[in-house]
Amino acid sequence: VSLKMPAPPAPRPSANDADDPPSSGPSVREPFVLSSDREPVLADILARYPNKMAATIPLLHLCQEQHGWVSNEVVAYVADTLEVPTSHVFGVTTFYSLFFTHPMGEHHVWVCRTLSCALNGADAVLERCRERLGIDVGETTPDGRISLHTAECLASCGSGPMMQIDKSYHENLTLERVDVLLDRLRRGRPLASALGDGPTR
Amino acid sequence: MLKQTKYLTKRYGLDTSWTLETYERTGGYQQARRALSMAPEEIVSEMKAANLRGRGGAGFPMGVKWSFMPPKADRPHYLAINADEGEPGTFKDRTIMENDPHAVVEGCMIGCRAIGANAAYIYVRDELHLSTQRLWGAIRDARAKGYLGEIPFGIDYPVDVFVHSGAGAYICGEETSLLNSLEGRRGEPRLKPPFPAQYGAFGMPTTVNNLESIATAVVVMEMGGDNFSRISDLHEMRDGGSRLFGVSGHVNTPGTWECAVGLTLRELIYDLGGGPKGGDILGIIPGGSSTPILRPHEVVDAPDEGHPLHRWHGASVLDVPLGVDTMRNLGTMLGTCCAIVLSEQACPVLAMHNLMRFYRHESCGQCTPCREGSGWLERILDRIVAGEADIDELDRLHEIASNIMGNTICAFGEGTAMPALGFLRKFRKEFEAFVRTRGQSSTGRLTLETPADDRAA
Ligand SMILES: Cc1cc2nc3c(=O)[nH]c(=O)nc-3n(C[C@H](O)[C@H](O)[C@H](O)COP(=O)(O)O)c2cc1C
Ligand code: SF4
Ligand code: FES
Repeated sequence: VSLKMPAPPAPRPSANDADDPPSSGPSVREPFVLSSDREPVLADILARYPNKMAATIPLLHLCQEQHGWVSNEVVAYVADTLEVPTSHVFGVTTFYSLFFTHPMGEHHVWVCRTLSCALNGADAVLERCRERLGIDVGETTPDGRISLHTAECLASCGSGPMMQIDKSYHENLTLERVDVLLDRLRRGRPLASALGDGPTR
Repeated sequence: MLKQTKYLTKRYGLDTSWTLETYERTGGYQQARRALSMAPEEIVSEMKAANLRGRGGAGFPMGVKWSFMPPKADRPHYLAINADEGEPGTFKDRTIMENDPHAVVEGCMIGCRAIGANAAYIYVRDELHLSTQRLWGAIRDARAKGYLGEIPFGIDYPVDVFVHSGAGAYICGEETSLLNSLEGRRGEPRLKPPFPAQYGAFGMPTTVNNLESIATAVVVMEMGGDNFSRISDLHEMRDGGSRLFGVSGHVNTPGTWECAVGLTLRELIYDLGGGPKGGDILGIIPGGSSTPILRPHEVVDAPDEGHPLHRWHGASVLDVPLGVDTMRNLGTMLGTCCAIVLSEQACPVLAMHNLMRFYRHESCGQCTPCREGSGWLERILDRIVAGEADIDELDRLHEIASNIMGNTICAFGEGTAMPALGFLRKFRKEFEAFVRTRGQSSTGRLTLETPADDRAA
């Protein structure tokens, strides 16, 4: 597997650069293996498209869900599985903002900062998250639990300010609700509902 | 005229509106069943009669687009549904996927039959997990019932539908970028021609329709194209039917509503949106952030009898029906039909800064004028906001935006430059004052001074 690896691209600049794992040196790490419960999902993904390359994005999602980020080993695995060049997989990984090229926190908090949310207090929400988590945008809490990000318009403009925590949307935020949500997240308690506030009207 | 309708949204708010059981109880899948035994040309002509203008932003007539597909030869055809919903201010497609995902599946079946495709891919932005989950659920149930698959309803016309999740890139809403992303590539737009109808997904003839457009196809089949078109006040302008209207920003009750085409901005903001909050309106972005801003005191100037807006000569722009051609003639665009209202307490310089940061962040980087231009726009605005800019930098903003127009691979370039030029033209005085006073003339914020009820501000 590793024979096919080109030199990895420089990691994207980020506040986390200092914490980068030694992923760019000669790698002696174990190859990535998809967990057995995910194998059927992979088969299902491949059956959706007329060729294997089209599975690049869904397979990267699947691997990232398991591994937390897209390491060189994940890239190699995806390239091997789909019979595409590793350069293709690197190219795709670095294009999309939801693929991470270095390790991340267990949970992700995304605060929308685009116009409709900004008109309704997104800056204050973001500031509160920074304060409460004690980290800046692009960083992860020292315990490795939570990464903070800004997001561009998340299609919740009518219920801003809003943030996404992992897979769930939290809308019409007040600063008090931000506190509650972050507090529950930190303590590993379930948020109101796994997929957020339910359908919008 | 304000005419709220319940065609597309008839299941919104029903208990378990997203289940197959509810869907069928309320008339679901009858139209797909019928369409699969119709000739494709018949479906296309219903759609043409419906004057259904694409709901994704450009407003192209859907029936005409379907008719561009080559008559079925020996190559596969594909239907691609655009649910990337990333245009700032837009939050309508999501409501359909969450409330009525089977309508999307049924629309895809009708669309597939009309364009000679056997597979539809719904491209949903990854962040919309609830939408994705509901769509997959609907697909699974429809397959289990034999509505999707080799012989849907026992008819020998195989159809299947798949969801393809994006990975966080606004540009993937552009149709050719979407196709690249569907193929597993970087979401970089392709040069046109060739158009998707000739060379689309996997190199095959493909139609790209917005998600609301395809869900509306079911409504069109239900009531007949001409009847659908006549719901609209702008039927004569070939802008038919009803659609989702949204409003966000500084209004009391933001949201989306289904109304007959012909609704005015005044009705959207005051009657549906509960009126502006935080004092008078500074400006209105009519249909997503790429559409140039309007100011409330503008009036229509169309003395010439032949002018498409002559009927509204002398009227406030707030009283012109929201239509694809009416908005174009006002020098802006209908876009996604989701407006953003800015109160006078918000600073236009900061609003433009927010949007230009968005465009710089989302440019795919293929074309120099867009990649560099969007960066320059943002950096000059950084300087203006920091109080470091000279007055002639305003002209530079103009110049850079003008140089993006028409010089790029995709319409993202115009989508960046048009709103930039809109802000600069309509708020020239405010921009000049901001630069001269180093920001002292500005309210210095986008939010309201007094937060409404318990909202964060
Ligand atoms: C930068 C850019 C972003 C776009 N984003 C979207 C989008 O999120 N959803 C959408 O339906 N159309 C979007 N469009 C428009 C599509 O290119 C295309 O016109 C549309 O999906 C066609 O569907 P319709 O004819 O049903 O409107 C975007 C266009 C551009 C240039
Ligand atoms: S106009 Fe911008 S977004 Fe579109 S292809 Fe060119 S660089 Fe990419
Ligand atoms: S601007 Fe925040 S969700 Fe649209």
